[in-house]
Amino acid sequence: MNTQDTVLELRNLRTEFRVGGAWHAAVRDVSLAVGKNETLAVVGESGSGKSVTALSVLRLLPEAGARHGGGEILLEGRDLAPIPEKQMAALRGDAIAMIFQEPMTSLNPTMTVGDQIAEAIRQHRHLSWREARALALEALEEVKIPAAASRFGDYPHQFSGGMRQRVMIAMALACKPKVLLADEPTTALDVTIQAQILSLLSELKEAHGMAVVFITHNLGVVAQIADRVAVMYAGEVVETADVKTLFERPTHPYTEALLRAMPRVDLDTAVLEPIPGSVPAITAMPRGCAYASRCPLRETRCEEQAPALEAVSQDHQVRCVVRVESNKRHI
Amino acid sequence: MTDILQVRNLVKRFESGGGFLGGKKTIVRAVNDVSFSVARGQSLGLVGESGCGKSTVARTLLRLVEPDEGSIVFDGQDLRQASASQMRALRQRIQIVFQDPYASLNPRRTVRQTLSEPLVVHGLGSAREIEAKVQSTIQEVGLPLSALDRYPHEFSGGQRQRIGIARALVLDPELIVADEPVSALDVSVQAQILQLLDRLKRERGLSFVFVSHDLGVIRHFCDTVCVMYLGRIIEQGPTQQVLDAPLHPYSRILRDSSPVPDPGARIALSRIVGEIPAPTNLPSGCTFHPRCSRAQDDCHRQIPLLTCETSKDRSVACFYPLAAEGVERTPEAIMQ
Repeated sequence: MNTQDTVLELRNLRTEFRVGGAWHAAVRDVSLAVGKNETLAVVGESGSGKSVTALSVLRLLPEAGARHGGGEILLEGRDLAPIPEKQMAALRGDAIAMIFQEPMTSLNPTMTVGDQIAEAIRQHRHLSWREARALALEALEEVKIPAAASRFGDYPHQFSGGMRQRVMIAMALACKPKVLLADEPTTALDVTIQAQILSLLSELKEAHGMAVVFITHNLGVVAQIADRVAVMYAGEVVETADVKTLFERPTHPYTEALLRAMPRVDLDTAVLEPIPGSVPAITAMPRGCAYASRCPLRETRCEEQAPALEAVSQDHQVRCVVRVESNKRHI
Repeated sequence: MTDILQVRNLVKRFESGGGFLGGKKTIVRAVNDVSFSVARGQSLGLVGESGCGKSTVARTLLRLVEPDEGSIVFDGQDLRQASASQMRALRQRIQIVFQDPYASLNPRRTVRQTLSEPLVVHGLGSAREIEAKVQSTIQEVGLPLSALDRYPHEFSGGQRQRIGIARALVLDPELIVADEPVSALDVSVQAQILQLLDRLKRERGLSFVFVSHDLGVIRHFCDTVCVMYLGRIIEQGPTQQVLDAPLHPYSRILRDSSPVPDPGARIALSRIVGEIPAPTNLPSGCTFHPRCSRAQDDCHRQIPLLTCETSKDRSVACFYPLAAEGVERTPEAIMQ
């Protein structure tokens, strides 16, 4: 990817949680980059660190139990890790916005949706309420809420789940962010509504030239919306590639296993292959590869040394010594 | 093959408002004229979006929700006519597995207590026999014996769902009603639980009513499927046929909006319009007509009934069904 276009880049990000008096890394050595007008999907199961990665970027984790353990968070080349909280607060919702899974709990039930969006705009722009409300209405129209002007004064409980998620998106986009972090935005929605929200997000990405980081656990959704994909497991990126390569040539054994465990609506799957075992706890991360205990390709060296993320082809990186080596032999 | 369960014209209405708190009295028709049957050893899927009534149907099958009209015949006996003691006996043979393994287990009881309670309630055997049954069941669902002395919070989501399944199995039921049993789980764990259910179905000859919103899971697990929309079954048939060649426009939309892990098969997302109307105020005629691109005048006026199309095991509730691919209905065929 052209480095000039890179909007958000994470370099060796590490986030630690305090568990039982000691600090343990929930996100380790995560390096990701997302460019203008690009959707990067971060996919993984519960506890893989995908949400923590997004929350670390915005510094939204509770200070008491979590800390930045190293690495850089570069927004257009400027490192956000060392900046003071006041500057960070100015960036949140302005240059970087986030939408969450559950739109009901992320909206204020005592404020009309129009005023909530206007308030978010006034937080970052010196505008009167009247001007901010006009912008808020535009934002609601942009996310295609039917009869936006008449629904401007409604409260969140008067909206359906899909419409609430549209309101969340309108609020996130009101200040024209450069980066949108979307944390499972369609998980709580029905499939037909999910399809509508996915198409809305990809239209808005095109229209604003935004960089979108789309966090999901659903590989089907990844295939629908992503340009590039990062697969996370136990706090690490284990494979990253463009969307076509990832689904055509999944190379990390975990990615392969995920695809084989997923029942498909379009094909008969005679046998689903579950992944044996479970994700290691962050307090008991093995010395070697975190996936080794569940991996069919395990060798002794896997348990001794943690593998690095290595390129197998252009723009396709895998964290698996066995696969990287066999790939080299084929070339 | 005999039917273990026959449901005929089931209706369930919920009322809200009109009480001492005031508010306008409204009636929600959660289940409207639903009929289906489950053959022994088969699994039937109920699929649809939130609010379509699939979970309410599942609950009426055990009379956890009392239906208002219709009949539920289990192995020749009408559940709605059964007395309390008959119902207790029948509940040994019909068991339910719930969606949320975190909420459906009592946090203050050990797994052993949870699993032995149904056996004690139904007076099935001495203490020693009960213990033996509990031990064999927990191993059957793939958990170690040491799990018996632990509490639900000590287990992961997938393990808790195994406990929930074990609780349903200790009574050796013939029919299991599974209400979204894998929806709260990660894909890898979901596959483990589906594999377990597959094995139980095969080894014990269990029949299932399987509720899910995920068509991929339904395709994998269910022999036949009923697609529901706003309280009605709008299409019914063998799972593979319904998903590969849906007859009802809504089944087609549901299938097309289910994302597939293949970037080459991106769906034309823009075609899917509108949201599900509120169940308190159903549209006239076919309840799907406001979202349907094929709707004609009579769709606004009349409710289409679930009728047989193309073959005897498939039926659809639509005046203008999509032509099944492969069995395209030619004008001659219609005239005959």
